Amino acid sequence: MAIATTVLGRLIKAAITLLAIVVLNFLLIHAAPGDPAAVMAGEAGAADEIFIAQLRERFGLDQPLYVQLWNYVGNIIQFDLGYSYRQGAPVFDLIMERLPATLLLTLTAFGISLLFGVAMGVAASARVGRAGDSVITGIALLFYATPLYWAALMAVLVFSVWLGWLPGFGYETVGGGFTGLSRALDILKHLILPATTLGLFFMAVYTRMTRASMLEVAQMDFVKTARAKGLPDRVIRRRHILRNALLPVVTLAGLQAGQLVGGAVLTETVFAWPGIGRLMFESLQARDYNTLLGVFLISAAMVILFNIVTDLVYRLIDPRIGATR
Amino acid sequence: MSDTVLRIENLTLDLPSGADRAHAVHDLSFTLARGEVLCVVGESGSGKSMTASALMGLLPGAVTIGGGRAIFGGRDVLALPEAERRALRGAKIGMIFQEPMTALNPLMRIGDQISEVFEAHGLLTPTERRARALALIEEVGLPDPKKIIRAYPFQLSGGQRQRAMIAMALALEPEILIADEPTTALDVTTQAQILDLIAEIRQRHGMAVMFITHDFGVVAEIADRVIVMRHGEMVETGPAAEVLAAPKHDYTRRLLDAIPSNAVPRPDRVTAAPALEIRNLRKTYRTGGGWGRAAREVRAIDDVSLTIAKGEVLGLVGESGSGKSTLGRAVVRLVDPDSGRILVGGEDMAALDANALRRARRRVQMVFQDPYASLNPRARILRSISEGPVAQGVAKRDAEARARELLEVVGLGADAADRYPHEFSGGQRQRIGIARALAMDPDLIIADEAVSALDVSIQAQVLDLLRDLRARLGLSLLFITHDLRVAAQLCDRIAVMQKGRLVEIGPVDEVFLNPRDPYTRSLLDAVPGASWADGGSPARAEAI
Repeated sequence: MAIATTVLGRLIKAAITLLAIVVLNFLLIHAAPGDPAAVMAGEAGAADEIFIAQLRERFGLDQPLYVQLWNYVGNIIQFDLGYSYRQGAPVFDLIMERLPATLLLTLTAFGISLLFGVAMGVAASARVGRAGDSVITGIALLFYATPLYWAALMAVLVFSVWLGWLPGFGYETVGGGFTGLSRALDILKHLILPATTLGLFFMAVYTRMTRASMLEVAQMDFVKTARAKGLPDRVIRRRHILRNALLPVVTLAGLQAGQLVGGAVLTETVFAWPGIGRLMFESLQARDYNTLLGVFLISAAMVILFNIVTDLVYRLIDPRIGATR
Repeated sequence: MSDTVLRIENLTLDLPSGADRAHAVHDLSFTLARGEVLCVVGESGSGKSMTASALMGLLPGAVTIGGGRAIFGGRDVLALPEAERRALRGAKIGMIFQEPMTALNPLMRIGDQISEVFEAHGLLTPTERRARALALIEEVGLPDPKKIIRAYPFQLSGGQRQRAMIAMALALEPEILIADEPTTALDVTTQAQILDLIAEIRQRHGMAVMFITHDFGVVAEIADRVIVMRHGEMVETGPAAEVLAAPKHDYTRRLLDAIPSNAVPRPDRVTAAPALEIRNLRKTYRTGGGWGRAAREVRAIDDVSLTIAKGEVLGLVGESGSGKSTLGRAVVRLVDPDSGRILVGGEDMAALDANALRRARRRVQMVFQDPYASLNPRARILRSISEGPVAQGVAKRDAEARARELLEVVGLGADAADRYPHEFSGGQRQRIGIARALAMDPDLIIADEAVSALDVSIQAQVLDLLRDLRARLGLSLLFITHDLRVAAQLCDRIAVMQKGRLVEIGPVDEVFLNPRDPYTRSLLDAVPGASWADGGSPARAEAI
């Protein structure tokens, strides 16, 4: 099958890319001044040379760089991302603990922005030049121009502080003791504000792109053919215009999907969301090399994975791609 | 006429204020009878397509109906509410369009696009629709219907797509079929097949056909009656044979005269030194392949050798996919050939490195097909013409003076230099394109379908210009075209290409009157209206 060979080929290329990223990240981080042993010793309050040397020896930091790199790559191939000396836990476990929260947040934001963005774009294009169009493009422009942190703070202020409708921070109610469905509902309540805020920018981008793309496709010859068949307008819009207009939107959605893991640092910080973004931020401040490398690696893997997924989705909607006939 | 299916009375279509005239169509009246093919002929902007759009209710938003009626089935379709007009579209009036490449939805299977016609009018069950689609695909002569029904448009050739379009238009057996330049974008042999198909369908289903065209050859082939339109008004109407043989209106006569005649001139044998020598040129495109699959190979240029003498015009003819454009592009190295030599003034273009090539490009200039797309819309004409010489090191002042001079030479006047491309018509832009090519003072000009996109009367003017330039400047020209009549008009020798190979080359009179290769013969036979032109006018004794 053509698809199977394509996927196989892409996966092999992805593995090579990933390896290059690992090596590059490792070298970059070690190029930065100061090492974790010094930081740990400093925080422990006992910064004498012997103690630091002991720490270095224990964590293998006294080995030559290429040996450290070799060990690191060897471990990664066995899904061992190393040990976080700061947090006293394996990096893999740390990431897996945080990943669900981040994916929940970013996937929801992704869904919201895509769904509402495309819907608003379609609605605007159907009313082009009239009041409805101006209102939608106006809203989109506002979302497009608003900085994320400001929108997040305002959302907390309005919906959480003033109106008291939704919780303003956290993943779930601490000590709430909810289980099962009521826990899911509790998490959902916590999810609404951060997910919406995070999705606003891309929602605006999708709105603008869908609108422009719909208007462009509407001018094409095959739309005239569809009219000549006597199809009703709504069928023409859905079946002929929208499907063709979605192609550029898919490209962009692929780009956004690449940021699903690493792109929510700001939102997670404002809303105290216990996700990967905050883990990365904390590790950065603490010079927790292994954790940082692990987060980088997972983010990079996600970008590559979603690139492949985007290409496959493209193939699904556009039969011309990948056809060799 | 009792069999009248459509009667147009005093139709007027208003253009938005600010357009170059008030009406797209003015006071147009005609009738269309059952089983008749009515050709509406005119040049671009004559209002012929607008008339069709008005009947279909597909007018662009800015154009409005200013008056008149279109009586169909006892009702005025122009006055019907949108829902009822929609019910007519596709069911009672079917339409096919000019561009088969873009008229089908690229993301939908052919079968689904045909079934959709039934769905639009709420007819049949999905299984029945599919069965009907299959039958229709078969009726329009598409090969292997079971495969075609699942195919996407990109998997079909232009002619096959046009057949699929016809299948859609036929689906509900409409009483009127409107065909808007349905064969203009097709090769001659494909065009002949589609014309046959339309004639056959008309016979079988007894539908009335309103056939819009600019090509009197097509008219001669298919029309029962003709309407000639100009600037939105009907200037002449009558049975096709009468209009073609004895046009009453001056404009019709001019249109007929502007058609490149079939008389083949006796060329002067040019024996000067070669301006271009192509030796054993090859170019193969490979697509697909990898992962153990064999790559698909297309030999675009397959061992072609030819020579153009200084001051000679060589016509390169062939259908799409014959490799004629690739050859033209290879000469200027827009396409890199795989092997072979391209000698221009003794220099091998195929062997030059990037720097030497940049200097050598001056020697060969191109005039492209689409006069609208080949000029930078944001640059004044002066810049478009002079930037080539300036890049070659000519002083800006000299280059600009020369540009103005050349605009005079091509008949536009020096003041055209300060205007933008959108201010010119297609024919004028092609003149600019020629001036731009001349500005480089080339050894050879390659004209790739340079007149194909133009109306016949404009085409005639541009051909006159080329002929004149050739006489005055001793131009060497490689004239690439799919239109055999145009080639006959201008060229000293003709080279015929098929599937990348040069099948025949010789003086124009020999190739046309005495073709040796069967492919050349089939091309000549497929030219629409060939028989009419043959016997039609005694002045054209030496006809194709």
